[in-house]
Amino acid sequence: MTDFFISLGMDAGWAFFVASLAGVLLIAFPLMLAVAIVIYCDRKIWAAINLRRGPNVVGPFGILQSFADGLKVFLQETIIPSASNKGIFILAPIITFTVALLAWAVIPFDAGVVLADINVGLLYILAISSLSVYGVTMAGWASNSKYPFFSAMRAAAQMISYEVSIGFILVCVVLYAGTFNLTGIVEAQRGHGLGIVNGYWFNILLFPMWVMFFISALAETQRVPFDLTEAESELVAGYQTEYSSMAFALFWLGEYANILLMCALNTLLFFGGWLPPVDWEPLYAVPGFIWFFAKTFFFFFMFSWVMATVPRYRYDQLMRLGWKVFLPLSLVFVFLISGWLMLTRYGGAA
Amino acid sequence: MTVFAFYLFAALMIASAAFTIFARNPVHSVLWLILAFFNAAGLMVIVGAEFLAMLLVVVYVGAVAVLFLFVVMMLNIDYAEMRAGFMKNAPLGVAVAVILLAELVLGVGAYRAGALDLGTPDGSAAPLVGESNIESIGALLYGQYLFLFEVAGIILLVAMIGAIVLTHRGNTNPRGMQDIGKQNRRRPEEATRNVKPEIGQGVEL
Repeated sequence: MTDFFISLGMDAGWAFFVASLAGVLLIAFPLMLAVAIVIYCDRKIWAAINLRRGPNVVGPFGILQSFADGLKVFLQETIIPSASNKGIFILAPIITFTVALLAWAVIPFDAGVVLADINVGLLYILAISSLSVYGVTMAGWASNSKYPFFSAMRAAAQMISYEVSIGFILVCVVLYAGTFNLTGIVEAQRGHGLGIVNGYWFNILLFPMWVMFFISALAETQRVPFDLTEAESELVAGYQTEYSSMAFALFWLGEYANILLMCALNTLLFFGGWLPPVDWEPLYAVPGFIWFFAKTFFFFFMFSWVMATVPRYRYDQLMRLGWKVFLPLSLVFVFLISGWLMLTRYGGAA
Repeated sequence: MTVFAFYLFAALMIASAAFTIFARNPVHSVLWLILAFFNAAGLMVIVGAEFLAMLLVVVYVGAVAVLFLFVVMMLNIDYAEMRAGFMKNAPLGVAVAVILLAELVLGVGAYRAGALDLGTPDGSAAPLVGESNIESIGALLYGQYLFLFEVAGIILLVAMIGAIVLTHRGNTNPRGMQDIGKQNRRRPEEATRNVKPEIGQGVEL
């Protein structure tokens, strides 16, 4: 895109600046629109599985429901509790929302369609996703209220626990791909399974990693069955309890942007990103970004499916799953995969 | 542009480090510390060490600072009492600061004089030509500094075992720790029974 702005007669520095700005807007606005639609889809899928109708009043099939909700919270009064720590109370939703958008900078939507094609892309995502805990923790602490505080404690413990195993799972993928660059990881999956299937999921060593990544992604985004931070039966609404109006909406948007990010990561790391499911020439006629969005939405459907069918975990079960099951298992697989690659790719004992 | 970014990050880092010390509320201190980490990561990106920058964010901001925040938030700190102890602890703090400064000056001096072979003496990182950051660090770490790397690994292992030994209580608690296997094996037939009590009668337990 920089070349396009240079062709309009700008010098290289300005063209890069304008192109980056345009790229940011081109990602952020459709993302917000996607979040609105995805919230609607989430509610519809959930309702369908529960044999309910779901939102069906605003617009045809209720499709404008999210926008009506958005308008509603926009018109509400912002309430800041007098006992709260005001600066941090206001900062918390802003951080949640910003961090949720930041990670999209390195997500490739198609071959070469990426805002920042940096060679530590996956580490960047890991770094950014480890930041998302701060929004929740700060919100819970600054509210100066019991339930949000409990929620903040749970969020901090939960997200650290699952980040550890996510880190090891990403190491497995990186070992196979040989690069941290997300574009490189997707390209490495071309014809990975028997020369036909595009994607790491079709690999006996990486398929268990994908299952663990999917479950860890649920825990990382605090979705059901790991939504202990906003368990409404125990903690009212968790860290969001004291929030109203746009501050609340920012949490809401940030949460769904994070969920979409995790779906996109599932697609990029294990299901071949913008590549068609199988390496067959006619399928490449479909543009890559359509494959990418279709796969991402498929994972979003799985997230909704889980939400509608699985009951909430107990807190000690959550911790046990993270530390005593996923951590050792992913460690074993790092060992197995590096051993296997040493034998097959790098030619036996060094 | 790079110069501007350098001064921006450096000034913000020093300012947030100062606020870390001067903030009245410990939670604010931790948050300022996190901002300082971020600006340090920004400085590393400027010198071209993006791998180290990302690791700094992942390890320090993502894990260490969260634990700090976790602990500080849970402590119910009496600020007045904490301030009262300031003069008593000040000499110790100054001593630690002086020692750290001396070590830093010594280390940088030795490096400048060429006693340490870490890169180029003008301070710029020297990545292997034509290779990415990660690969050049890997080549150094697993080649030239393999022994030091393994020693560091063993020290960490010892620390980890120590932490486990200190906190391990064994399975001897009479009230019992949870046996997850037992919980998972439990079936509805063992836990429930179906009764049809007569009207006006209760259920015998």
